[in-house]
Amino acid sequence: MNDEKRDPSVNSDRSGSGLSSPGTKPGSPLKRPDPDSIHIGPEVAIGEADVRTAEAAEVRGTSLWQDAWKRLLRNKLAVFGLIVVAIVTMTSAAGPRVIKALTGYTPELIPTHDQRLMKSLPPFTGPDGEFSWTHPMGTDNAGRDQLARVLQGGQISLLVGIIATFVSLIIGVSYGAVAGYLGGRTDNFMMRLVDVLYSLPYVIVVIVLLSMFRSQTPFGQLVLLFIAIGSVSWLTMARIVRGQVLSLKNQEFVLAARATGVSTPRIIFRHIVPNTLGPVVVYATLTIPQIMLTEAFLSFLGFGAQAPLSSWGSLTSDGIQNIAIYPWQLIFPGVTMALTLFSLNFLGDGLRDALDPQMRKV
Amino acid sequence: MSSTNGNLLEIRELRTYFEMEGETVKAVDGISFQLKRGETLGIVGESGSGKSVTNLSIIRLIPRPPGRIVSGEIIFDGQDLLSLPESEVRKIRGRRIAMIFQDPMTSLNPFMKISRQLMEMTQLHLGYSANQAYEHAIKMLETVGIPDARARVDDYPHEFSGGMRQRVMIAMALSCQPELLIADEPTTALDVTIQAQILELIKQLKQDSGTSVILITHDLGVVAGMTDHLLVMYAGKVFEQASTSELFASPGNPYTKGLLRSVPDPLDEKQELYQIPGLPPDVAHLPPGCPFASRCERAEQICLEEYPPFVELTADHHSLCHFAGEVYAES
Repeated sequence: MNDEKRDPSVNSDRSGSGLSSPGTKPGSPLKRPDPDSIHIGPEVAIGEADVRTAEAAEVRGTSLWQDAWKRLLRNKLAVFGLIVVAIVTMTSAAGPRVIKALTGYTPELIPTHDQRLMKSLPPFTGPDGEFSWTHPMGTDNAGRDQLARVLQGGQISLLVGIIATFVSLIIGVSYGAVAGYLGGRTDNFMMRLVDVLYSLPYVIVVIVLLSMFRSQTPFGQLVLLFIAIGSVSWLTMARIVRGQVLSLKNQEFVLAARATGVSTPRIIFRHIVPNTLGPVVVYATLTIPQIMLTEAFLSFLGFGAQAPLSSWGSLTSDGIQNIAIYPWQLIFPGVTMALTLFSLNFLGDGLRDALDPQMRKV
Repeated sequence: MSSTNGNLLEIRELRTYFEMEGETVKAVDGISFQLKRGETLGIVGESGSGKSVTNLSIIRLIPRPPGRIVSGEIIFDGQDLLSLPESEVRKIRGRRIAMIFQDPMTSLNPFMKISRQLMEMTQLHLGYSANQAYEHAIKMLETVGIPDARARVDDYPHEFSGGMRQRVMIAMALSCQPELLIADEPTTALDVTIQAQILELIKQLKQDSGTSVILITHDLGVVAGMTDHLLVMYAGKVFEQASTSELFASPGNPYTKGLLRSVPDPLDEKQELYQIPGLPPDVAHLPPGCPFASRCERAEQICLEEYPPFVELTADHHSLCHFAGEVYAES
């Protein structure tokens, strides 16, 4: 097999045969008098060449996501963000239950058995002014444990952030992908609609929505909040996805998919949308803190979570009324919220750099 | 087949125009040809001569706007594809007419596993279950000569080399056993050794399955050993049409002659490579006469003024030239 001597490297093999072939002659493309020539028994030659490439593939084999993960770990701020977000998420999720088990306090519990507990206690202080682990963040005006309330507020804030982002993700991605793929007049109409919605001051829209459909139950109010925020925050997502789709739809694999008879919706959602995932993931992680901030702002104004449910916004809103006397009522929820939002932003930035290394150089 | 007299595909006076900034680009302008079952037709021509547009027209994938099939008939197995609704055409795409594209690097979806891309075809058209489709995908990969297909079927396209990706494309195209395979420059993006392997593969699969093939290329060497008939296109028109052996032996058109002369001869090292002077014309502003006249060696006054006739040299050999008969006699 003359294949043997070409074995050392695929590269030299390529350049070699590339040089030795100044084009193919009509009538006899396979019978050039070239010792290095191609094949007489095609099956064998093909097999060997491809086994070589298969081995090479096993050696390199790092996927896009593994690569991105490595780059993310090299970014210290992003790692910091990741750790803080993980801690906040886990303590918010489990915290209130742990506190209940340890001290008997729930976020809603107003102690009536001991009148001394009805005032706001400073951190690490018991009812008689002695050092105590019972309320590491003190208590609020009604004597509720502040730590439990901050953690439960975290649950609500994170939940609003994630669910509203998810809502905006679904609406934005579908809308943008459809507009971008169909193009022409449809695209024009759909995107002008987005422009119109963009020009509305969206906090006011949310406030109007929330006050029009004011719900009786605290939970209903929360659901309204999800819908209201989600329904106005998909606009940027739609624009990003549309831009991506515009550049993707002219690629050959889309044409190939159409040539195999795949229907339009299937092409959009099975073939094109997964390819926009990188920028979408990045933008979504940056949307979460943005939405949490909006939620805090709305709760601060009294449109968000209603007592006894709390969110970081409503806690700071309560705290600011007593800032001169009981500063810890503002400081703890405020600092927790700021730290979480910082971390989420760092994480989002880190993800963007990790998933799109070209963009960073620009 | 009813009125098709043995032709799987018959194209009559196809015209596909593009509207670009107020100008009409006549990418394909009055093309006719036939393809019999089991036959291979080669379409050669320079870049921009309308080869690809012709074939995208066949499966109605011309982007519109700006493109538009203005007139003509595309009769596939007795049915005019141009009069079918989109949903019917979609059933034919991939199922009965399959396509292979030029660049295997970009014609596979980078985010989908090979298995899913292969399975999509059979699940869509043949109603295979996921298991059946998966086994069929492996079988197809084996057919096109991918070693260890079972282990590789779940890989992503970037884990394959260019030649293997083209094999995957062929596997995809053939997985529903189409009656017509359109290969649009299937080897242009590959290096020469792989080119030969891929062509050999297409040839062999064609023999095994009896599929008709349309092979688009600008490489005459590729076409020579592969095709039964040849179509030479220039500026959106058919310049010459003949059986492959006839066309290589005695071309009846100055353009075809020029193309044949510009193929290098590896045995003659001293010969200077011939080249057709000038550039292909702008198909938005074609002169009234022969579109090739300004580059043609034997052009005369009449070529600039009058559009040439489509001369029948023999029953199976046509040429678009005022002097077709003379050129044919010379060669």
